[in-house]
Amino acid sequence: MQFLKNRFDYLFRSTRGLTLVAIAVVSIVTAIFGTLSGPMVEWGIKDITVRLLGMKLVEAEREGRIIMLYHTIAMTVTAIEVYFITEMLPMKRHEQSIVNGTITVGYLTAVVFGLLFAYWGHNFTFHGLFLVGQSLVFFAGILLTMALNPWRKEYRLEKDSPYVRSKGGLDLERMAFFVMSIAMLVSATFGAVTGSFWGNGHETFLGEDLIRMPHKTELQKAIIGHLHIMLTLLAVGITLIVGRWVKFKGILQKIAMPLMVIGIIGTTAGALSVVWLEWAHTIIYVGSTFIMLAALMYVIYAWDTLIKEGTAGIKKPGFFQKMGALLKDPLKFGPGWQMVFMNFTVSGVGIFMAVKLTEIFRVWPHREERIILTGHWHILSGLIATIILMYFADLSGLKGKIRQWFGWLVIIMSDIAFASVTVFSMKRLFVTEAEQQSIVNWLMLFTDIGLAMVLVALAVFMIWRLYDLFQKKGHWANEYATERRINAEAELAEQKRKLEELNAILKEVSK
Amino acid sequence: MKRTLFILTMLALTLASCGNAPSIGSITPPFIDPGIDPESWALIPAGAFPYGQHDHITEVDHDYEMMVTPVTNEQYARFLNEALAASVISVGEVEVEAGEQVWVEVGAHGFYPGDPYDGYKHEEEIKLGDKLYFPTEADGARVTFDGQTFRAIHEYSNHPVTMVTWFGANAYCEYFGWRLPSEIEWEKAARGTELVAERGHGLPFPWGTHIEGNNANYYSSFDLFEKMFGKLGNTTPVGFFNGNVYDGYETLDSASPYGLYDMAGNVWQWTGDDYPKQHYRHMRGGSFYSYEVDLRVWKFNSAGPQHYSPQVGFRCAR
Repeated sequence: MQFLKNRFDYLFRSTRGLTLVAIAVVSIVTAIFGTLSGPMVEWGIKDITVRLLGMKLVEAEREGRIIMLYHTIAMTVTAIEVYFITEMLPMKRHEQSIVNGTITVGYLTAVVFGLLFAYWGHNFTFHGLFLVGQSLVFFAGILLTMALNPWRKEYRLEKDSPYVRSKGGLDLERMAFFVMSIAMLVSATFGAVTGSFWGNGHETFLGEDLIRMPHKTELQKAIIGHLHIMLTLLAVGITLIVGRWVKFKGILQKIAMPLMVIGIIGTTAGALSVVWLEWAHTIIYVGSTFIMLAALMYVIYAWDTLIKEGTAGIKKPGFFQKMGALLKDPLKFGPGWQMVFMNFTVSGVGIFMAVKLTEIFRVWPHREERIILTGHWHILSGLIATIILMYFADLSGLKGKIRQWFGWLVIIMSDIAFASVTVFSMKRLFVTEAEQQSIVNWLMLFTDIGLAMVLVALAVFMIWRLYDLFQKKGHWANEYATERRINAEAELAEQKRKLEELNAILKEVSK
Repeated sequence: MKRTLFILTMLALTLASCGNAPSIGSITPPFIDPGIDPESWALIPAGAFPYGQHDHITEVDHDYEMMVTPVTNEQYARFLNEALAASVISVGEVEVEAGEQVWVEVGAHGFYPGDPYDGYKHEEEIKLGDKLYFPTEADGARVTFDGQTFRAIHEYSNHPVTMVTWFGANAYCEYFGWRLPSEIEWEKAARGTELVAERGHGLPFPWGTHIEGNNANYYSSFDLFEKMFGKLGNTTPVGFFNGNVYDGYETLDSASPYGLYDMAGNVWQWTGDDYPKQHYRHMRGGSFYSYEVDLRVWKFNSAGPQHYSPQVGFRCAR
C-alpha cells in the first residue's frame, strides 16, 4: 500500500510527477489517435485501432472529433505549462497546490470524457463532463492569475535586482506571465461563448476549410481568432518558461519583457477583434512583432550565456571554441534553436503567404493553400512540444551521453520533419503536379522518419521513467524528496514572514 | 563510432530503397474496359435531399440528368476536333491570367464572356476574352495534338479527361447544349435522398457509409493501377469500380443511388456555379491523389477557372 501511496504522491503532488503524468497522457492520446490518419490509414493500422477499441466513427462527425481531440491535447499542454509556472514563480504553497490540483482534475476529466464523447458515442453525460473538465481548467487559470498578481508587496523586486523591474519595483517578468494568463482566460472565454452556441445550432467546422469564403459569420471569425491566439499564447508561455529556466536577466531582459507584455496584449486584442475589425490583422502583425523581438532577446541571451559559460577557462576563445560551447548541451541550446527555426517553418511561411497571397497562393487550388495552413500550425505545436520535452528532460536530470543523444535526436529529427513538411506544403513553387510524385515520396519519407525518431526518443524516455517508478530508490524518489525539501523550506520562509507580519500587527495594535 | 556508422548505413539503405517515382506523364497503363458506357446519362428526379456535412434538407425543384461517368479523353478529343473544325476553338498561344499573374500557354482556347465583377477584396476579375481550354504542351495530358488532330492516347482513352480548365469543361458542355452541374445538383446525384446512416446523416459516400480500398481510386487505396505502378497515383478508367474483377483485382460496385460512377475519387470534377465576389470554381468528389476523407460527398476543392491539373476532370448535366 505504501508502495502505491509513495508513487501516487510523487505523480500527483510534485511538479515533475504531474508533468510526467501529463506527458504520458499526451503520448498515449497521440499514440492511439495518431493511428487514425496519415500513413497509419494506408498501412491498415486505423482499422485495427477502430476494431480493437470499438470506436464509433461516423464520417459526418470527423471534424467534430478532431476538434475535441485538439482540445484535450491543448488542455494537457496548458496544464504542463501551469505546473512549470507554479514551480518557477514565487507563490504561496497553498496557491501552488490548489492551482495544480484543480487543473489536474480538470484536464484529466476533459481528456477522458471528451475523447469518450468524440470517439465512442454521443452520450451527453460525457459531453457534460468534458465541459466540467474544461471549466475546471479555466477556474485553475483564474486561481493562477490571482497567484501571479505582480502588485503584491512580497513579489516586488529590490532596486539592485538584476531582473527587470518598474520604477515602483514591479517584477516585469512576473507581469508578462500575469498578462499572458489573463489573455489566455479572455481568449478561452471567446472560445467558450462560441462553443456554447454550438449547442444552439452552430455547426462544427475546421478553420482551414473556411479560407476563400468571401463572407464568414461572426461566430466563424470568433473561432478562428480563438484557435490562433490560444496556440500563440501557449508559445508565449513556453518562451517565458524557458527564459526563467536560463535566468534571463540584464539589459536584454529589460528590453524583452516590456516588449512581451505589449506584444501579448496587442496580439490578443488583434486576434479577438478579427470579429469586428477589417484591419485586425495589422494589430496582430504589430503585436506578434513585439513578441518575436522579445523571443529574439531571449535567444541572444541564452546562447551568449552558453558560450560564456562554456569558454570560461579560455582567455581568447576562437570561433570553433565558441561554437563548441554553444552546442555542448543540446537541451540548453535547443529551445532557442527551435525558436529560430520557427522563423523558417512558421513565421516566414506566414509572412510570405500574406505578402504573396493573391499573386501566388490564391492561384493554387484550395487544397494546396489548406495544406500550408494546417502544416504551419502543426509545426508550431510540434516546436512547442519539443521545447517542453527538452526542459522536462533537463528537469529529469538526463546526463552525459543520454542527454546528448536525446537532445540532438529531438532537435535534428524534429527539424528534418518540420522542414520536410514546409517544403512539401510549398512544393507547387518548384514542381508541377505531374512531376511531383518523386519529391513528395522523399519528403514524406523524411517527415515520417523525423517524427518517428522523435517519438522513439520520447518512448524510450517514458519507458525509462516508468521503469524508474518501480525502483524503491529510483530517480523519482530523489526528485520527490528534493521538491519536498524545497517546498518545506519555502513554506517555512513563508510562515516566518507571516509570523513577522503578525507580530508587527500585534506590536502596532498594542501601542 | 561503429554504431553510428551502422545507423547511418541503415538510414541510407532505407532512403535508397525509396527510389525515384516516375512522373504521371511517363506512365502508360494497359487498356482496360470496365464495360460502362461513358455516353450514358442518369435521371435525378426533383425533390429534397440532405445537403452538405450537416445534412441541410435542400429542395431541388427540377428533374435533371447527369453523365454516368466523367467525360473521357476520347470524348474530349472528339469535341476538340469538332470544335476546331467548326472554328469554335483555336489552337496556339493564349494569355492566361490568374491573380496578379499573366503568362502565355500553348493549347486549345476559345471565347468566354466573363463573370460579373464587384471589386471585392481579393476578388479576381474574370474578364471576357479568349481563355485556355486545354494545354497541349503541358506534362500529364493524355490527349495529344499533332498540329491537325487531337487524339486520346489509346490506353487512356476511357480514362477521365484531365488537364482541362474550367473554361474548357464549360465549353465542352455548352458545345453540346448541356451545362456543368451546380454543386447542389452534383451532391444530390452523388448521395441521393435517404437519411440512412447512423444518427440520421445522409450518405457520406455514394455507395454507403464506409469506404474500402476497392470502392474508389484515392491516395494509397491500393487499386489495380497503384499495384501496377507503385504508390504513384493515376486515373482509372471511368466506371472501373463496378463490381468487376480485373486480373484478379476485385472491385466493389460503387455506383451512387442514381447509378453514377466515379462520384468519389479518380478525378475532382468541376461544377458550374460562379460564386460572386470570388469566382473560384468549386470541384467535387476528390481524386486519385486525395485522402479518403476528401472523398466524402460534401467536400470540395476550389481554384480559379484557368486552373488545370492531372487530377481534375468533369462531367455534364442537362
